[in-house]
Amino acid sequence: MAFESSLVLENGIAKITLVGELDASVAPQFQEKIKEAADAHAQKLVLMMEGLVYMSSAGLRALVYAKQKMGAQVKIYLIATQDQVVEPIKQTGFHYSVIMLPSYDASVIEG
Amino acid sequence: MVERIDVYPTHIHEGYKLRPGQTLPFGASIVPGGINFSIFSSHATTCILVLFEKDADKPLVEIPFLEEFRIGNVYSMTVFDIDYENIEYGFRMDGPWDPKNGHRFDKTKVLMDPYAKVIGGRDVWGTNPDWDNVYQHRSRPVLNDFDWEHDKPLELPIEDLVIYEMHVRSFTRHESSKVEATPGTFAGMIEKIPYLKELGVNCVELLPIYEFDEFEDSRRSPITGEMLFQYWGYSTVGFFAPKAGYAATGKYGMQVDEFKNLVKELHANGIEIILDVVFNHTAEGNENGQYVSFRGIDNKIYYMLTPDGYYFNFSGTGNTLNCNHPVVRNMVLDCLRYWAAEYHIDGFRFDLAAILGRDQNGAPLSNPPLLEQLAHDPILAKCKLIAEAWDAGGLYQVGVFPAYGRWAEWNGKYRDALRKFIKGEENLIGEMASRVQGSPDLYATRGPTASINFITAHDGFTLMDLVSYNGKHNEANGWNNTDGANDNDSWNSGWEGDTTDPGIIQLRHRQVKNFATILMVSQGIPMILMGDEVGRSQNGNNNTYCQDNLLNWFDWSLLDKNADLLKFFQKVINFRQTHAVLRSRTHYRHADYVGSGIPDISFHGTQAWQPDWSANNQHTLAFMLSGDHAKGGKVHDDHIYVAINTYWDALSFGLPQLPHGRRWHMAINTSMPTPEDIWQPGSEPLLGDQHTVWVGNRSVIVLVGR
Repeated sequence: MAFESSLVLENGIAKITLVGELDASVAPQFQEKIKEAADAHAQKLVLMMEGLVYMSSAGLRALVYAKQKMGAQVKIYLIATQDQVVEPIKQTGFHYSVIMLPSYDASVIEG
Repeated sequence: MVERIDVYPTHIHEGYKLRPGQTLPFGASIVPGGINFSIFSSHATTCILVLFEKDADKPLVEIPFLEEFRIGNVYSMTVFDIDYENIEYGFRMDGPWDPKNGHRFDKTKVLMDPYAKVIGGRDVWGTNPDWDNVYQHRSRPVLNDFDWEHDKPLELPIEDLVIYEMHVRSFTRHESSKVEATPGTFAGMIEKIPYLKELGVNCVELLPIYEFDEFEDSRRSPITGEMLFQYWGYSTVGFFAPKAGYAATGKYGMQVDEFKNLVKELHANGIEIILDVVFNHTAEGNENGQYVSFRGIDNKIYYMLTPDGYYFNFSGTGNTLNCNHPVVRNMVLDCLRYWAAEYHIDGFRFDLAAILGRDQNGAPLSNPPLLEQLAHDPILAKCKLIAEAWDAGGLYQVGVFPAYGRWAEWNGKYRDALRKFIKGEENLIGEMASRVQGSPDLYATRGPTASINFITAHDGFTLMDLVSYNGKHNEANGWNNTDGANDNDSWNSGWEGDTTDPGIIQLRHRQVKNFATILMVSQGIPMILMGDEVGRSQNGNNNTYCQDNLLNWFDWSLLDKNADLLKFFQKVINFRQTHAVLRSRTHYRHADYVGSGIPDISFHGTQAWQPDWSANNQHTLAFMLSGDHAKGGKVHDDHIYVAINTYWDALSFGLPQLPHGRRWHMAINTSMPTPEDIWQPGSEPLLGDQHTVWVGNRSVIVLVGR
C-alpha cells in the first residue's frame, strides 16, 4: 500500500497524517514533513496514524528522528495507532517517548 | 561542505551500480547511497557477493568481487541503490578443496557474513525452517543508531554485584509469567525487571543471546515425543547478532532495537547486563557438520586443526575456534567492542575460556595474546571480564587463569567445597575458611573480586534439586541418562525427588537457606541461578540444554508456593548490600590495623577464639568480621559473626565478646521458620545471652554486633 503523508500547521500544532506502509523507501518523505514542522517551530507534533498499516525499523527511526529534530520540549502524540504498528513501538521502547491516544482529543492536545 | 567524490558508482553489473569498497569495517555498512560489503579470506581464489530479496529462496543477483576490489586478503565493494531493509546477503567463495591441508572451499554454498549484525532465517523461535532453502542463516545489514538518551554502561564496582544467571526465553515463557509481550522474549523480560529489583540483584548474566539455531541437532525425545532443541544456545551461528527468536519483534527484523531497549531499561533500574559469550566453538560442528560461514570462508584460519586437517575438539562440540590466530583474535575483539559500544553491555562471561589461552595447535600458552589484549583494550576497559576457567580438553585453570589484573573467574572450587560441606562431608573446614574469605589461596594477588562465587549455574542441578536428588535424572534428554555431570556433590535430604514429607521439605528449605546465607556472607562476587530463589526444580535433570519446556521455564506460581524462600533470598541479598564489610576489594589481613580492638577477620569454634582446625572437627565453622575494617577502615559497619553447623544435632557456640559496649543481635537463623529466619537490618532482636548461642542442626546463624 503506497505511503502518503500530509502536514497541517495550526496554532503551534503540527498535524501529520500518515497512510500506508512506512519503510526505508519512504521514510525520507516523512522526515521531510517533520523538518517542515520543526522549521515552523511547532510546539506539538501530532501523528495521525489510523491509516498507517505497517511500520518497519526505518519507520521507527523516523519517529526517533521526529523526537530529536523537534527537541525534548515538544510533545509528540500518536493517534489511533493500529495494533500491528503499536507492537514494535512498544517492544522497542519508543512508547516511553510519546503519548499514545486512541483518538484526537482536543482537550488533551490543545489544552 | 564539499561532497566526497568517492560516493559515486564506477562499475555496473547486471544493472547494479558498484565501486571498490572500504576494507574496514568488515561486514555490511550502510554508507551514502548504498551498502559497503567487506570480507576477509586468505585462501579463497574468488569471492562473489550474493544478494537475496528478504526471505527469498533464490538469489536476486550474484556480483563477483573484481580483482581490483581486493586489497590484500580483503574483498570489499559498495553496491548502490539497494533497499537495506529488504535485502539479505551472503558470499560464495571458491578455493581449494584439500581437507588434509585444512581447506574446505565449496562454491555451491552461500555463506553467512561472520560480521553480520542481523541474521534472518530463524526469525520466530521454533518455527520449522524451510530446509530446502539454500541459505539458512541470512546476513542482513542494519542501522546501528538507537535512541539511548542518557544511558551508558553502569560501571558498578564489581565487589557490589549480585549476579543473576538467567535464560531469556525461560524467564517469561511459562504462561504463569503473564507478560503482555510475546512470552520468552527480550520485551517479556522488561516486564519482569521489577521482580529482579525486588529480589535485589543488580546484574543479570544472560545465557547466550547471540544468534544460534534452536534446530541444530533437534530431535524428538524418545521418552516424551517432544521436540528437543538446541535450547541454551551454546553454539554460535553469528557472533555479532542478537538472537531473532528471542525478540518479540524478530518477525519484523527489529531484534537489535528490542535488545537495546532491554539494556536501556535494565540500566535505568540500576541493573548491569553481562553476556555469556561462546568463542570456543561455532555451530558448524566437525568435518561432518554444516556450512554456515567460517568453514567455507577460510577454514584453516578460523579453526584449530589437527595435522591431518581434522578439527580439534577442546570444546566437546566438534570444533574449536582458532582464537589465537591474529585474524580470529581481531574478530573476537571487534565483536566485544561492538557489544560494549553499540549495546552498552557491562561485561562478558567467557564460556570454556581456557580454550582462549591455547595456541593454534591447542597447547596452553603462558602469555595468551587474546586474553592480554582483552584485558587492556581501551573500549572494554570498564567491562567485567569473567572466565569459565576450564575447557572440555582437560585444561583446568581455576586460580591460575591468565588474568592480567582484570579477569575474574567462575570459582568452581567454591561451588564444590560449599556443596560438600553443607552436605556433611568431612575434611573441609580449612578449605571452607579459604572459600568464605574470597579464596586467598587461589587469588592471593588478585583479591577476592577475582572469585565469582556460586553454588549452582545452568550446568548442573538447580539449588532445590541439589538438596532433593542424590543422582541425576536426565532420561528426558534421550541419552539413557548418560549425559550430564556425575560429580554433583548433592544430597537428597532423605528421599529421592518429590515428597510430601513435611520434615524433608523443611530440611530442604533450610539447606537452601544455608547455601544462600553462606554465599552472601562470603567475600567475592555472588552469583545465583534463575529460579533458585523460589525453589525451581528440573526434576533432577542436571543437563537441560535441550528442554524447551517446564524443566527450564520459570514457573511464576513458585513465588507463592515457596514464598518463604523468596523472602529469604530478598532479605539475605539485602543483608549483603547493607553491610559493606562483606564486599571487599582486598583480602583480609588477619590483623587489627584500624585499632578497633579485634582483627578484620577471626575464626572461632564452639569456643570463642578457639577455631578447631583438627580432624576432630568436621562440621563447624565460625568467623567474625570487624565492621570497623570495612573497605579498609574507610567505612564503619556492624561487626558480623557467622556460625555454621553441618552436624545432625544442635550445637552451642561460645560468642566472642565485643569491644566498645557493642552487643550481639540475631540477623539470620536458618533453623527458624519464616519470618523469624531473617530480620530486616535495624530490627534484629538483641540476644538475651551474649555469651553463647545455639545453632540448630544443619543450620547457619548470622549475628550483627552494634
